Amino acid sequence: MGDIIAAINAALTAIGIPEELDAILSFTIPAAVVFALFYVVLAILAKKGRMTRSTAAFWGFIFPWIFGFLVFTAGPMVYSLGLSFFDWDLVSAPTFVGFGNYVTAAQDPYVGKALQVTLLFAVVSVPLQVVLSLAVAMLMNVKVKGINIFRTIWYLPSLVTGVAQVALFLWVFNPKYGLVNGVLGFFGIDGPSWFRDPNWALPAVILMSLWTVGGNMVIYLAGLQDVPAELHEAAQLDGAGQFRRFWNVTLPQLSPVIFFNVVTGLIGALQTFTQGYIIQAALQTGSGTGSSGTALLFFVLYLYQNAFNYFHMGYASALAWILFVMIMLLTLLVFRGSSFWVYYESARPARKDRVRRVRTR
Amino acid sequence: MSELAEIKTAGVGAIAPIRPARRRRRRSSTEPSRLRVSVQVILLIAGSFVFIYPFLWMISTSLRTPAGIASSGIGLWPVQWAFENFVQALTAFPFWSYLGSTLLTTLIPVVTMVVMSSVAGFAFARIPIGRAGSILFGVVLATMLLPSEVTLVPQFILFRQFNMIDTLYPIILPTLFGGPFFIFLFRQFYLRLPLSLTDAALLDGAGWFRIWFSIYLPLSRPVIVAAAVIQFMSSWNNFIGPSIYLHSDTWKTLPLALAGFTSTHGTDTGLLMAASIVVVFPCLLIFFLAQRHIVGGLSFTGSK
Repeated sequence: MGDIIAAINAALTAIGIPEELDAILSFTIPAAVVFALFYVVLAILAKKGRMTRSTAAFWGFIFPWIFGFLVFTAGPMVYSLGLSFFDWDLVSAPTFVGFGNYVTAAQDPYVGKALQVTLLFAVVSVPLQVVLSLAVAMLMNVKVKGINIFRTIWYLPSLVTGVAQVALFLWVFNPKYGLVNGVLGFFGIDGPSWFRDPNWALPAVILMSLWTVGGNMVIYLAGLQDVPAELHEAAQLDGAGQFRRFWNVTLPQLSPVIFFNVVTGLIGALQTFTQGYIIQAALQTGSGTGSSGTALLFFVLYLYQNAFNYFHMGYASALAWILFVMIMLLTLLVFRGSSFWVYYESARPARKDRVRRVRTR
Repeated sequence: MSELAEIKTAGVGAIAPIRPARRRRRRSSTEPSRLRVSVQVILLIAGSFVFIYPFLWMISTSLRTPAGIASSGIGLWPVQWAFENFVQALTAFPFWSYLGSTLLTTLIPVVTMVVMSSVAGFAFARIPIGRAGSILFGVVLATMLLPSEVTLVPQFILFRQFNMIDTLYPIILPTLFGGPFFIFLFRQFYLRLPLSLTDAALLDGAGWFRIWFSIYLPLSRPVIVAAAVIQFMSSWNNFIGPSIYLHSDTWKTLPLALAGFTSTHGTDTGLLMAASIVVVFPCLLIFFLAQRHIVGGLSFTGSK
């Protein structure tokens, strides 16, 4: 591929295109050729009657996504799988090592540590987030004047995400002047040094993740308001108390939303990167060394270090595939288990018809 | 409350003619007691206080001098007001250049993601194609579960081949062709629109492009807003992409600059908080502008 790019660049220079445009044009020109070819072939097929106009339109509409998928997702995935069997530092020629990278990963203590940190974070923070956001949504599901103000207040923190959130919480968890230790000190408790303490760094990140439950809370609230009142009334007539009604009416009705949140939450948690990266950089503990150095060694962070700090491209690809398989297995597990506790409404077609009728009116 | 929830409630009310007479008597029993509502509200107020406090504290800290930070502790009121933190946050580093790159890597993806996902979602929802369509849609759903980290290394090698390191292209190019989640969102929305819309237009001789552009696209405003806001938030706060590809100051984005700031100016907390607020501010603004649509646009995704 390098030859093609070089050839295009040479041609561009020959006709006097400024060099700054080389990078983008060497991508755009082949892409434009592929698009043009595809649409011309499609038009000819449709004209000659080999394809109905609808079919041609479908492929024409879908093609941009297919192109993006092949170039930026499917192609790179295949390449990455191949690369995971090589040793490559971007400079010298790649050497084939077979399953060497996977064997190394299995014996690498940092991989073990990274898996432990990431899984612990996912398994603790996701259920906590679900419980907390559901509890808040239940609290907020009352008809009181000004309830919208509460909703905004709880939602607001979820807008402070990414780097800004980490910057804020580095300050909130500051051992000396921070908010948390200040409050603890008020009660006479000598707070830990949080991010600097290997035992408290991960709990601090979990607490930090709980601050942004507002986003989920809003979805649960919409789900709660969708629970038909007649179900609650019927349960009440049958003598069900508060707890029974929550357990047997509200929870089953919400279970698809909870399920969706658990799946997306788990996938997101396993991909945690920014927190670990910035906190480590800010504390200057260096990567992988120092006492609290590995306390926040998330799997993606270790992958990133291998790829872009140490330039172990093959090893990083192997790590990426390990992560991929792990996420797939975990998702599969949650999906398999879901039939025991997720309740779908398809058993009650009558209500869906009603919705459709109202909507089309 | 979401639009769909309103429709559902309306639907339930419409088919229950006997209800009103009985309702009054029963309502008193299912509706929570006064005491319970008061307890709920008190808990809410307490919780809100805990949740909003770090946010207010962030604003308060950003208005303090270093001496003020040391002395006011966890209180909210700045001992000495210091607005110069904000002035410094805007001038101490090439803020406008960073803002420019951030806007480029945010606004282009917002537009292309929405338009391309809408086209694809429309094709999946409305153009009859048979098996091939459902297989392809299965692929779309599968890519939704795919961790983007798998393509991190190969994409880096790809863009390196094209000499695109230290440019914004690697961050923008992958977003030009639509994304699986938004395709899914648009498809679900279009599936709920009546089929007669396309039938009538086809009878009138409109092509598929016309049908999408003049009928379906304008009708999908709630999804457009929701998708645009979600994409804005994720592009604006994107950190891993810029941290891989951008090294020189020319093209740095705001989150990347802020991350550098936390390690170099980590001790100047007032300035750091001011810079954080500056970075977060557009997200807050977008939220308040689009607040009504966010939940309404998401509740029909079919997660239920």
